[in-house]
Amino acid sequence: VERARAEVAALLGAEPEEVVFTAGATEANNTALEACRRAGGRPGSVATSAVEHPSVEAPLAALEAAGWRVVRVPVDAEGLLDPEAVVAALAPDTVLVTLLWGNNETGVLQPLERIAPRLRERGVPLHVDATQCVGKLGVDLRRLPVDLLSLSAHKLGGPKGVGCLVVRRGAPFAPLLLGGPQERRRRGGTENVPGIAGLGAACALALRELPERMRGFGALRDRLWEGIREKIPRARRNGSAERVLCNTVNVEFEGAAGEVLVQALDLEGIAVSTGAACASGSTHPSHVLAAMGRSPQAARSSLRFSVGHGVDERGIDRVLAVLPDLVARAREAEAS
Amino acid sequence: VIRERIVVAMSGGVDSSVAAALLVEAGCEAIGVTLHLAGDASRCCSLADADDARRVAERLGIPFYLANETERFRTEVTEPFADAYLAGRTPLPCLACNSRFKFRHLLARARVFGASAVATGHYARVDRDPETGGLRLRRAADRAKDQSYFLYELGQAQLAAARFPLGDLTKAEVRAHARRLGLGTAEKPESQEICFVPEGDYAAAVERLRPNALPGEGEIVDAAGRVLGRHGGIHRFTVGQRRGLGLASDRRLYVTRIDAARNRVVVGDAEALGARGARLGRVSWVAGAPPGGAVRAEVKVRYRHAGAPAAVEPLADGGARVLFDAPVAAVAPGQSAVFYAGEYVLGGGPIAEALA
Repeated sequence: VERARAEVAALLGAEPEEVVFTAGATEANNTALEACRRAGGRPGSVATSAVEHPSVEAPLAALEAAGWRVVRVPVDAEGLLDPEAVVAALAPDTVLVTLLWGNNETGVLQPLERIAPRLRERGVPLHVDATQCVGKLGVDLRRLPVDLLSLSAHKLGGPKGVGCLVVRRGAPFAPLLLGGPQERRRRGGTENVPGIAGLGAACALALRELPERMRGFGALRDRLWEGIREKIPRARRNGSAERVLCNTVNVEFEGAAGEVLVQALDLEGIAVSTGAACASGSTHPSHVLAAMGRSPQAARSSLRFSVGHGVDERGIDRVLAVLPDLVARAREAEAS
Repeated sequence: VIRERIVVAMSGGVDSSVAAALLVEAGCEAIGVTLHLAGDASRCCSLADADDARRVAERLGIPFYLANETERFRTEVTEPFADAYLAGRTPLPCLACNSRFKFRHLLARARVFGASAVATGHYARVDRDPETGGLRLRRAADRAKDQSYFLYELGQAQLAAARFPLGDLTKAEVRAHARRLGLGTAEKPESQEICFVPEGDYAAAVERLRPNALPGEGEIVDAAGRVLGRHGGIHRFTVGQRRGLGLASDRRLYVTRIDAARNRVVVGDAEALGARGARLGRVSWVAGAPPGGAVRAEVKVRYRHAGAPAAVEPLADGGARVLFDAPVAAVAPGQSAVFYAGEYVLGGGPIAEALA
């Protein structure tokens, strides 16, 4: 466990004792917001974005129900926050800003390097959900003034069900799970030792392979998008093409149902997801694409493609071999 | 060997589970799909049933997908159902759902999947007319379970892509087969209710779907227009209904007609309930075109109706006139009349009006 703690810290440029292991990013995000709930006194306010993950949005909604004010800063058509708008959202009673760095649906990267220093100047603590970023992007907390950072092991090749919250010195913190003295009393409960070891190993590997990974993932993702653009009419990329994770592309196939495409691709052995990967079969179209001004129909026609370990050029070419026909059939089905 | 790829609609019940199993045994490449239709309030088509279907698919070793069609179901089935009630008709949403909704959307999805057909757990059969070469919709071998009534709207193209693996089996055989296969759904009770109408409370369902369009109170009258009492909304009544009228009368009174225009419920005795015929709206002929003139048929005016001998005359407007040999009770506008010639469904259409 302590070796894993050092490995996680080394990847992020943090101190080992700042790493609190959790059962994944959802617990880390809930823990990051727990300090607000436990603060006592009058409810304050929290600033965030309009494109957060449910594991931040749901605890924020609970805070709102308890009388807190939550300011959701909008994003532009590219999915990007304006740093000035984030600063303008601060109020005297703002106790925390929480932001999703790399968006889980579009891969769009918020300009954190321009936001974080401004918040530090104003003395407002910043929590960042970096689940999508760690292992795909250089994260150096020695240079990026972030107070709390969440991540999940399975997003960088580690096991599912484990993650951590990095609590920088001086950050506001209250434990979510009360119990034993584990994790320096910051997270009660027996440690998930195999999971933690797996997270540590994934971080150690990511530290070594990061530049190569970014080049490789980026080349495959670009090959996929260039192929889609060439072969499939009325395909539109959602979100910024410049400020985006190296492994993700989110595409709207106008007039086709995303759900049907996901299933047809699955039959071909290809795993992709609709923007809103909601297991319960919700009909609500993606709030992320809606916040970018996309229509509900456009959101329902959008797919997220991610490349990762085990994907190679042949795999991308296979996707490009079957996708044009599937999209054409899905469009016909929708029109019938 | 290229195996036929077939989408099988799996509700989580025993029938569609066995239908899927039979396809697999026949060497087809089956793909299980559960339609998620009516949100969480629903009885059947619920996500718990979808989990049952998923387990069966896993046991059979076939792919399984949930098709979220809740929005289309609302606009194409449940809202028209409520609107029909508010217009004084007695709709049968399962009919719209089975032939129009399920087959249309599942076939569309099947085409994307590269599948050639859609199979369901309906008790019905399809065969080919040796004379014309056209496809025919035939009653199931198990007459008690026969569901051909619900499928009369399937046209030739849809019948060509429809598979009913249970058509030759009895319900007992289906259950025995499910037990033999160790399917978890073998002993599951039948669903009888309309899936989005909990407890069979139609009025409550209409009130939930169209809270701002309810008709309000009105009069209960007899055939001569004499006011006998008041009612709490015409959507709470169906033709043939006897209970819940709240009338003090020494005669047995039935709802004989619903007059939506005047917000009235018309009642009468059993004799007044009988209709000599019916005028039908848009009629669907299984053969693809209406016959040249009137045909003799056995006509069912609702699913559980035994059927009555009648002459069916196609009309120029695409509808038809049905004239029964003897009056038939409780012919309710909104339900469908389906014509049978012996074993075969000729066609059918929604009842626009009962003919006195």
